[in-house]
Amino acid sequence: MELSEHIKTANVEDVTLKRPFHPALRGTLCVTSHHLLFSDRKDEASWQLLILLRNIDAIEKSVENLFGYPRAVGSSGTITIKCKDLLVLQLEIPGMEECLNIASSIEALSSLESVTEMYPFFYRPSHLTLQGPWGLSSMEQYYKQTERLWDRWRVSTVNSDYSVCPSYPSAVIVPREVADDMLIRSARFRQGGRFPVLSYCHHRNGMVIMRSSQPLTGANKKRCKEDELLLQAVIDGSELGYVIDLRSAQQAQQARMTGGGFESKSCYSHWKRIHRHHERGKVVQESLIKLVEACSDPSHSVDRWLSKLENSKWLSHVHSALSTAGLVVECVERDGHSVLVHGSEGTDNTLLVSSLAQLILDPASRTVTGFLCLLEREWIQAGHPFQQRCAHSAYSHARLKQECPSFLLLLDCVWQVWRQFPLALEFSEALLLRLAQEAYASNYGTFLCNSEQERCAAGVKENTHCLLQSLLKPDIEEQYLNPLYEPTDLAIWPSVHPQSLQLWTGLFLRWTEYAQNMVEAREEVWSIVKEHRERAGPDQTNNTLSTHCETLTPFENLMDELTIL
Amino acid sequence: MEHIRMPKVENVRLVDRSSSRRIQVGTLYLTATHIIFVGKGSEDRNELWVLHSLVCNVVKHKSSQSGYPLLIHCKNFQVIQFIIPQESDCHNVYISLSRLSRPEKYEELYCFSFNPNVDKAEREHSWDFLNLKAEYSRMGLPNKLWHVTPINREYRVCDTYPADLFVPKSVTLPVIVGSSKFRSRGRFPTLSYYCKENHATICRSSQPLSGFSARCLEDEQMLQAIMKSNPGSRFMYVVDTRPKLNAMANRAAGKGYENEDNYCNIKFQFIGIENIHVMRNSQQKLIEVSALRSPSMGEFLLGLENSDWLRHIKSTMEAGIFISKAVAEEGVSVLVHCSDGWDRTAQVCSVASVLLDPYYRTIKGLMVLIEKDWVSFGHKFSHRCGHLDGEPKEVSPVIDQFLECVWQLMEQFPCAFEYNEKFLISIHNHVYSCHYGNFICNSQKERKDLCIKEKSHSIWPHLWESKLDFMNPLFKPDQSQNQGLLRPSTAPYCFKYWRRLYNRFDRELHPRQSELDCLMTIKEETQQLEEELALYEQKLAVLDKERAKTLYMQKGVLDSKQALWSLPLDTSLANTPQDYIGGFIGGAPNVFTLQQGERESAELSLFGDKPKSSDADSSDQESGVADFSSHSSGEESLPTVYALSVTALFEER
Repeated sequence: MELSEHIKTANVEDVTLKRPFHPALRGTLCVTSHHLLFSDRKDEASWQLLILLRNIDAIEKSVENLFGYPRAVGSSGTITIKCKDLLVLQLEIPGMEECLNIASSIEALSSLESVTEMYPFFYRPSHLTLQGPWGLSSMEQYYKQTERLWDRWRVSTVNSDYSVCPSYPSAVIVPREVADDMLIRSARFRQGGRFPVLSYCHHRNGMVIMRSSQPLTGANKKRCKEDELLLQAVIDGSELGYVIDLRSAQQAQQARMTGGGFESKSCYSHWKRIHRHHERGKVVQESLIKLVEACSDPSHSVDRWLSKLENSKWLSHVHSALSTAGLVVECVERDGHSVLVHGSEGTDNTLLVSSLAQLILDPASRTVTGFLCLLEREWIQAGHPFQQRCAHSAYSHARLKQECPSFLLLLDCVWQVWRQFPLALEFSEALLLRLAQEAYASNYGTFLCNSEQERCAAGVKENTHCLLQSLLKPDIEEQYLNPLYEPTDLAIWPSVHPQSLQLWTGLFLRWTEYAQNMVEAREEVWSIVKEHRERAGPDQTNNTLSTHCETLTPFENLMDELTIL
Repeated sequence: MEHIRMPKVENVRLVDRSSSRRIQVGTLYLTATHIIFVGKGSEDRNELWVLHSLVCNVVKHKSSQSGYPLLIHCKNFQVIQFIIPQESDCHNVYISLSRLSRPEKYEELYCFSFNPNVDKAEREHSWDFLNLKAEYSRMGLPNKLWHVTPINREYRVCDTYPADLFVPKSVTLPVIVGSSKFRSRGRFPTLSYYCKENHATICRSSQPLSGFSARCLEDEQMLQAIMKSNPGSRFMYVVDTRPKLNAMANRAAGKGYENEDNYCNIKFQFIGIENIHVMRNSQQKLIEVSALRSPSMGEFLLGLENSDWLRHIKSTMEAGIFISKAVAEEGVSVLVHCSDGWDRTAQVCSVASVLLDPYYRTIKGLMVLIEKDWVSFGHKFSHRCGHLDGEPKEVSPVIDQFLECVWQLMEQFPCAFEYNEKFLISIHNHVYSCHYGNFICNSQKERKDLCIKEKSHSIWPHLWESKLDFMNPLFKPDQSQNQGLLRPSTAPYCFKYWRRLYNRFDRELHPRQSELDCLMTIKEETQQLEEELALYEQKLAVLDKERAKTLYMQKGVLDSKQALWSLPLDTSLANTPQDYIGGFIGGAPNVFTLQQGERESAELSLFGDKPKSSDADSSDQESGVADFSSHSSGEESLPTVYALSVTALFEER
């Protein structure tokens, strides 16, 4: 079925648009295959609102009309559009039939299943070209750039046809002494084939963060020699390593009943296991839904608000993610031991914890490029199933399937780190907000599909543009930079006390008047910094000073001469 | 001195509450005014100074192996834990402190013994720093409708009111006296704020003694006159800040509220702010929540909710918004009262003033506002802050709530305030510290009788001196939305927990880098560079002139050359960086415990905290980039304890 067949009414005049904190507007509404376009034609300079249909999470319609008179004068309908970026709009559409047609088009076109029908495959801006490499860096490139890996680690292409682990990229970094056939065996012993691979090697002491999925020990306490040897190779014999299991000890025990399990002490004698309970999947998605619901009603009393905020548990998830990341960092940086992180599948909380730990540890991941590379490596290439997780956001009434805002949780945690270290990150809150939006609905192909394998099969790299590249080229937009950035080599340990964690107002209250004042403050920060740069910029200061010196010196010489006279 | 049973205890251990493993050993001294702890061993003397007047309570805990713990809770929310080796010593310190922290007479308070190195003239001058007369004339008073009444010059009509009061010109003395007799404690309606633009006013009073049916013609005339003094309006609001139920209960005691039928053209409104007892209990709960050691997210949020504190802040704010809108948008005058008119009334009038008038969002303006609405109008500081040993039921965090409302507004309007939260926290500290005379006693009359101005110093010039520490770098006075009336949102998510106040001394809870300090440094530097540029231009101009001169007169060369060199020298001295940079750039930018020049009152923080560095001195003027690396040094943070520490975890197994 062609996309256009979903569109029964493409154009409606005299539609009223209501947005929060703006006066209502009248104009024309258009539905295209991928967009909803509203244009206000009253003025010369017409104002337009373009919404990607994919961004629409839920719509609610209500029609008023006299039954039996479908075209009766005065019949009209209201559509409430709730977007994945949490914006809520209302459209008043004259004519019941038009209203229902528009609503059904939106419903059909906003939830397309086929990847190749999605907008990134049609997005062709004139300033971008489809030629050239896609993405920022491949695993091979990362390895080449990271000299400290060369000695003990190698790139394995055992997964080049995605047969060993369908959700891993074609190349992964593993201990040099472990051969590919061992990896294959280990993969069979891990859920989804996600055998332990290198995630990060610490620049100070060479300790590493590994990640994987749970081992399939099952009820019979199965063992896998190769898996054990692989982990042995990671810590190089004598030392000690930590397994950070993102489930409670009880949950890990229970997982054995369904074929999963954990690294028992008897089999992995050099590895110490620490359990940290993290909620996953549906529970986290429901947290997001509850939180957004709580934020959307400003008429609540403070008590009700606080109890809803507590009840959503969102901040508790932020709290546990940051605490566990801190624990990983403590193991690596302070105690000087390597760490293996995994939960069950190793595609959500595992990535969350390992990438947060890197942000805390590694100054390179706190630059714009470094952070985007981190996301590419640890989320996109590492096989976070974006398409499943971000199919719906907080408003959808659809039955939950595999949705889970793990990525949003990561961005929230990064925001918390920025609040506590406002000078340590090169990027700004605006970049985090942009990423939050793009993960759910995008012009770009970056967040399409669930794994590298799927992206290959769908031809994402050939037929769509890459968001990460376009964020960096030709220049990073000023709004994505932190004007106060001062790089530091130290680890930035965030405080995880509940008193220190805050609601991410920039995201969750983005469309309220509260956010407007914050925008003003951000602008003021920029203008202070700019004024300073103007005065103190290396070129200018030197210029003015040197011109002054040049002009002064001959005078002074002249004066000296005169004095002598 | 007679209360000090134990002037010195050796081998006392000071426990860092964030991690019980960090312990300092040292000597504890008790002086007539301070508890002093001097850490042993380290080169940079670690000292902790706590004023007795800041001590809220002292608790002995059950003995442990290491000694006898003594817990000291302070009014500025600091909690200090000592472990004293001998039980008898601990008991003696406990008894001494219990007495020292609860003085019985005003004369025992620190402000009467505090003697900084200033002469008498300077001290007297410090009291002239703020002038309420000037403030009223800034508002545009007196004018043809309002004047100062001499009626309370001797505090005879109302002993809790100031001597100078503004009333409508049309009101005669008998009317004032009559009205005052019909109001609790004689607090008749009088002006608090006057809006030049539209002549609307905020007036304040106490509740009328109306009982179930009593009337007072003079009081009705008084309100009528206030309404008429706002020529544009046809009615006025009377705002009773109490919950309706409380106000009705008061009727049984012969007090109550205005009957709309008896007064012409008034609109009566209840706001529903709870009384001082509710507020005291609420803050107590909040303090308990803030002092929880590593609570879960849920415990913290539920504790915050159960304290009800933010709900009370919201209702105070809403009252302020109602009044500010009535005045600015409707142009209608408002009379505000509660029961006695010195707690909720003061809160609400001053919140409304901050919303209405950008002046109160400047450093000097907030000082004036507190001096006017709180100090002069007889907010009972000594009772509410528990300066003296007395009725614990009189204690209530009324002024805390006002300061917090201002803070909540600052969070919503980051560019609208000249001051930052350090200013509010400093004021909070000094309201309780009894370090200066301003907040001693319960009324202007009491302060006069005690000769406060002759015997103590004023806080305001002291705060003004360190005003660079209190500046908000984002302040944009010219921005249109920061002028005139502020329209805050009262959505529940706009009311936040004030971590900087309630966890002021828990360093590990605060951001490790301060955006504010960084911006302030940048701003100062920009200014410096500008001055430098101006200097060069000046120098150039002088040289130009000199060149012209020297062509004619060789004789003058020498003198003028001296002038040439002395000129830049002077100017450069005037803008050396340390003049601008307070204490916060070096070392640890987020360390909140130190206010510059406040050492007498405050507490040097321990645990590896470097006191203010004077790095600024070394910054090189010529380079233009003054020691810029210094503000990143703050993140040298110690890891928070995420697990019980990994190693500890395994020792257990």
